[in-house]
Amino acid sequence: MKFTEEHEWLRLEGKVVVVGITEHAAEQLGDLVFVELPDVGVNVSKDDEIVVIESVKAASDILAPLDGKITEVNDSIVEDPSLVNSDPSGEGWFFKLELNNLGDLDSLMTKEQYDAFIS
Amino acid sequence: MTNIKKTPLYELHDRLGAKFVPFAGYKMPVQYSTGVMKEHLHTRSSAGLFDVSHMGQIKVSSKRGDAVGLLNCLEELMPCDLRFLSKDRQCYSFFTNDRGGLSDDLMIANRGSHFLIIVNASRKLDDFSHLEKKIGDRCQIELLADRSLLALQGPLASKVLEKYNSSFARMFFLDVKTITLLGVECWVSRSGYTGEDGFELSIPSEDVKRIAEEFLTHEDVLPIGLGARDSLRLEAGLCLYGNDLDEITTPIEANLNWAVHKVRRIGGEREGGFIGDQIILGQLASGTDIKRVALLPKERAPIREGCALFETAESTSSVGHVTSGGFSPTLQKPISLAYIKSDLATKNNELFAEVRGKRMGVTVTTLPFVKTKYKIKTKE
Repeated sequence: MKFTEEHEWLRLEGKVVVVGITEHAAEQLGDLVFVELPDVGVNVSKDDEIVVIESVKAASDILAPLDGKITEVNDSIVEDPSLVNSDPSGEGWFFKLELNNLGDLDSLMTKEQYDAFIS
Repeated sequence: MTNIKKTPLYELHDRLGAKFVPFAGYKMPVQYSTGVMKEHLHTRSSAGLFDVSHMGQIKVSSKRGDAVGLLNCLEELMPCDLRFLSKDRQCYSFFTNDRGGLSDDLMIANRGSHFLIIVNASRKLDDFSHLEKKIGDRCQIELLADRSLLALQGPLASKVLEKYNSSFARMFFLDVKTITLLGVECWVSRSGYTGEDGFELSIPSEDVKRIAEEFLTHEDVLPIGLGARDSLRLEAGLCLYGNDLDEITTPIEANLNWAVHKVRRIGGEREGGFIGDQIILGQLASGTDIKRVALLPKERAPIREGCALFETAESTSSVGHVTSGGFSPTLQKPISLAYIKSDLATKNNELFAEVRGKRMGVTVTTLPFVKTKYKIKTKE
């Protein structure tokens, strides 16, 4: 698993990465009440604002962690945004991304680096 | 800007797992480890404890012991009927300005020898200067620095307080009373900012921590942050100064006509006589171009402050804007307050809000979003 400074996790599954937000981020955001996901098939560039999430109090953006194409999105978190809070690194995943360059993953943080980053 | 203030309960909040935000110059708890959603629902079903010590408590008394003179002074600044406000009763009002706008909204209580005014934290220094400037020659104005303010809100609030003193049970909505609680003299009002039954307690700052800790020993009581305070007041349809009210918006535009009391209106016994009266009474007679309304978004995205409103999905000229908006934990759907052109402000009228470049349907509805549960005294 790799991590971004924007508090996303990326898990490589074959040629695509599954992307979600970390437990730390979910806790900081509080109870989510609304999630808007990108369309499947779109090409995204690193740092594009591709997901909107809202808590009772505020709206935030989730950025594309790397360059690639959206291959699948998790509609169940649109139906029930609380899944992101209850299981952020499992059922609460956001989207799957086919990376333009798998090697880009090397630029991201490891678990140890991320834990140090948030402490 | 580093001179951020803390209330006497700061350490207690910290110990309770509060997440802090700067608010009106204070470091205030926006939520505790419980989270905004559960804090909100807990207040609606049980009892929530709020630290609102950042708010201003202003005591106004006559310099010459002249009770009528005191009423007249205060009535120059607000459009309410203070002669009708009996001893130990409270009412909602606002300081008006010469444009007919509001320099703050407030709760004012008649305490016999003086009036106690509770004002917004962000406005308290300006309110104090305003009072000093306008009526300071005739009245003694004190911004009380040594008292804190707690609110205990929700259906079980009264039950919790009655354990300490049975006097709480004999109060009705907007009653005010001095009650001894754990040996401390508290100035209590049966009021609040949540739409629930509840109390606000002005407590000497040296005793507030002990009392707050005592309340929190009850299993029915949880500490509630400013996040839930905002969603609770929004469900109740109550205005937030700075969002829904400001210096250029009149009380008539804000749909607070009820707070301009009859005797101060055209034809009333003490018609006008307050700052901005011509504009406000003129609007009361002939209407306003814009009006505050409640909106129910049709989709699931919250429509928050600043979003522009349009008559159709295509129209290019805006007909209003949202001033407060968020997600209602009670209704499990988004709700908003907005100002729109008055001719569009009819129930069930459909409009569009622009959110992140997309038009989303909204329906004009009536307030409150969630039924209020004040303990109102019914006529004998």
